[in-house]
Amino acid sequence: MRSATSGAAGRPAQAESWRQAMDSGELLLVAAAGMLVVAAVAQTAAAGVVQPRIALAFGALISFGEVLRLSLEGGRESAPTGSAGAFAYAVVLSVGLTPAVQPALQVIAVAAAGMVLGALPHLAAGRPAGLAGVASRLIAVAVVAALFRPLRGALSVTSQHGWVLALVAMAGVLAAGWLAECLIRALISADALRARFGVALWDEMRVQLPLGAAVAATAILIAFAADIMGLAALGVFIAPLLVTQLAFRRYAGIRATYLETVRALARVTEVGGYVEDGHARRVGRLAVVVGRELGMSEPELLELEYAALMHDIGQLSLRDPIPGGATVLASPEQQRRIAELGAAVIDQAGVLDRVAEIVRYQSWPWRGGKREPPVGSRIIRAANAFDDLVGASADTSRTMAALEWLRLDTATEYDPRVVAALAAVAGRRHRGRR
Amino acid sequence: MVTGTGHRSRGGRASRLSPAAWLYVAIVVAAALAVLGKALGADPDMDGPVRLWWTMLVLALLFCVCDSAPTTLASRQSAWSPSSSATLAAVVLVGPAGAMAVGATSLLSVRRGLDLTQRVFNASMYGLSAYAAGEAYLALGGHVGHPTQASFPAIIGPFAAAAVVHVSINHGLLWGMLMLVPGAEPGQPGVAVQRYITMLFVSDLGYATLGLLVAALWSVGGAFAAILVLVPLFVARWAMGQFAAQERAYAATMAALCQAVETKDCYTRGHSERVSRGSAMIAREVGMRGSRVEAIRYAGMLHDVGKLGVPTTVLQKSGALTEEEFAAIQLHPMRGLAIVSEIGFLDEALAGIMHHHERMDGRGYPMGLAGDEIPEFARVIAVADAFDAMTSNRSYRGALAVEEAIADLRRWAGTQFDPALVDAFVAALRREGWEEPRAAAPAPADGLAAADHDDPTAPLRVVESW
Repeated sequence: MRSATSGAAGRPAQAESWRQAMDSGELLLVAAAGMLVVAAVAQTAAAGVVQPRIALAFGALISFGEVLRLSLEGGRESAPTGSAGAFAYAVVLSVGLTPAVQPALQVIAVAAAGMVLGALPHLAAGRPAGLAGVASRLIAVAVVAALFRPLRGALSVTSQHGWVLALVAMAGVLAAGWLAECLIRALISADALRARFGVALWDEMRVQLPLGAAVAATAILIAFAADIMGLAALGVFIAPLLVTQLAFRRYAGIRATYLETVRALARVTEVGGYVEDGHARRVGRLAVVVGRELGMSEPELLELEYAALMHDIGQLSLRDPIPGGATVLASPEQQRRIAELGAAVIDQAGVLDRVAEIVRYQSWPWRGGKREPPVGSRIIRAANAFDDLVGASADTSRTMAALEWLRLDTATEYDPRVVAALAAVAGRRHRGRR
Repeated sequence: MVTGTGHRSRGGRASRLSPAAWLYVAIVVAAALAVLGKALGADPDMDGPVRLWWTMLVLALLFCVCDSAPTTLASRQSAWSPSSSATLAAVVLVGPAGAMAVGATSLLSVRRGLDLTQRVFNASMYGLSAYAAGEAYLALGGHVGHPTQASFPAIIGPFAAAAVVHVSINHGLLWGMLMLVPGAEPGQPGVAVQRYITMLFVSDLGYATLGLLVAALWSVGGAFAAILVLVPLFVARWAMGQFAAQERAYAATMAALCQAVETKDCYTRGHSERVSRGSAMIAREVGMRGSRVEAIRYAGMLHDVGKLGVPTTVLQKSGALTEEEFAAIQLHPMRGLAIVSEIGFLDEALAGIMHHHERMDGRGYPMGLAGDEIPEFARVIAVADAFDAMTSNRSYRGALAVEEAIADLRRWAGTQFDPALVDAFVAALRREGWEEPRAAAPAPADGLAAADHDDPTAPLRVVESW
């Protein structure tokens, strides 16, 4: 699977947003994490490594987990096995019969060393180093280590009822670490993609929750089992997480392939001469950006992108292509028929009901119909008209004229909120080009 | 870990089972009863399981919770659940007889659509694999009871052996059952599971280690360990379910889009899906591995997408074609390629789509490759493509009967088709049958009929010699 493929709702204009993000948010994050690492390594080097055998075992596990990075939906990078190892090292109370006494800064230093070592194979293979991902994972580990340090003296897994207290403390601290990571990632993505922070945080938590729960449970299991089994616990109890990771990898893979396939097959209307080259993809990209501007969540954006890519699929049922393929100039009856035919095609699949609905109502005016069309339909209606008028051209005056054309029709045809968002997006794009 | 899978035949009625399947179920149940008898003979009072009733109860509950929430696999005949962590914990904590009892609680699992035969089979299957795992654990020196610090790492060897035995017997017995139960789709006796089987085996082994954790933590946390263990289990289950759902959605979406492409040409309704199925039949018959069968399935589905680039007037033209028009038709595999090449996973399928109109004697298009130069995928698709075109109704001739079409395939084997693949297709057809197109193609309004470019019985005619 290509790493550039993004599951949900894509990250369009990837090159642009990446550079932009690295300029501001991600750079800040990497710098903060870097300073933390320098402090941790310096302190650990000065004080000497406590219990080096345990540190080495956990460090090896962390770097192994970092090698097995995983791309979740939306192109989110994750290293569940590495995170579980680092969290377990932060909360482990005893290994075999020996109490584990690693200081918080040593936990951070070991985790950082493991993560950097684990990133090397990725660099060697020509993949991006993923510094921002490493930094956010490291900060989560730092949060857990710092919060757990004052508690550890009072906890024990061996006493009769002590394990309940230990369990509650570990779970609470790990939840805090998870939340910190989600916050950081949401800040970064809100900054890079210009999404609303609340929406970005919700998306982040939704995606990270299942794997985060598995990671936390594995960390707790290792911490408990290490008391009885010693370091063997690391090898034995990381295995289930590896299996979970395998399942997630396949899941992310099929999602990416799915989107890739719809993107490719949406081009049949172009090859068939029904619409201009690149129309489906441009409308898809534009619709997603506009939808994000309007505060839609990732699952909604994915449906919107599917609908936008396939919005002209109904034209395949026409015997003769519309001249130039621009539906904006077709008669309302014909527009409606194309929309109905397209929705019928998508209904065939039986799994994309809401996508079919968005396609069905794309030809409806914003006001004056029997009912208000879904917001996705309104976005596609405006984006389609915009692309029909502007096409692949980057000409500012043409863009302005198209926007003006849309604005004139906001009384009935186009939703003014959508047109305003479209204007904001188009304006940004032109500034970005200059 | 467990493969939990009950066999779930579609329609679910046991009465549909073939005599061979009934015999198989009877043998498995009899074997389970024999083992139960042996266990009772060795320990008539069931001292262990009865004394440890609390442990047994918690493990049985854990097993039932896992087994009641399985993930249906793509074939819908089998399902996967991580319940074997409970049986393997029972192996360590209670011993073989206890493990067998825990596995047998599958009889009570809360699942709709399971009839008594299926429940009895599942319970026997789990009981057998759990007992065998318990015996393997004891045979390698494993000690029954709460593991302590001193038990590690010595316990890991016997436990790993028990896990392997458990998973192998479970998969083996289920595999046998799936082979005997007719597939959900004609001609697919449970093969869809094949793609999952490696992954399932590995993941089952992975989850087996959780059984050891449950056992190890029993002396500290007791039942709590079982609850904690459920978390990664259910996350994995969730991800597997999401994966399976996405895969089904993916296949359905692809089929719907291909059908949209077909609306342009009234002949080809359902053609893509049938070619996809036929290509997969051949691929399995010649022993391609699961991932290649999957790829060829998609290649068959998408092989004619490029036809959209051919003007409708040419596709539906009756009579001879001009050279330009023929050239437009000859180019359609290339246009299909342009679309499909953006789908990353389809590397080998691309070659199949591009060359599916090449002929063994080198007189095909678009490149005129001959013999082994033609990619294997393309040779496979060519056979299925021509066969479906011949057995479909055309307005200039009725559908050929399957036997006639086979005779034609044989006649052109060597010149147009790869003889080995024709043989493989015929063998697969004889075994699995062929679902013929239902609706007849409507005759064009003008009473004239265009030749189907796929149809070897009505080759396209070109006006001038070239």
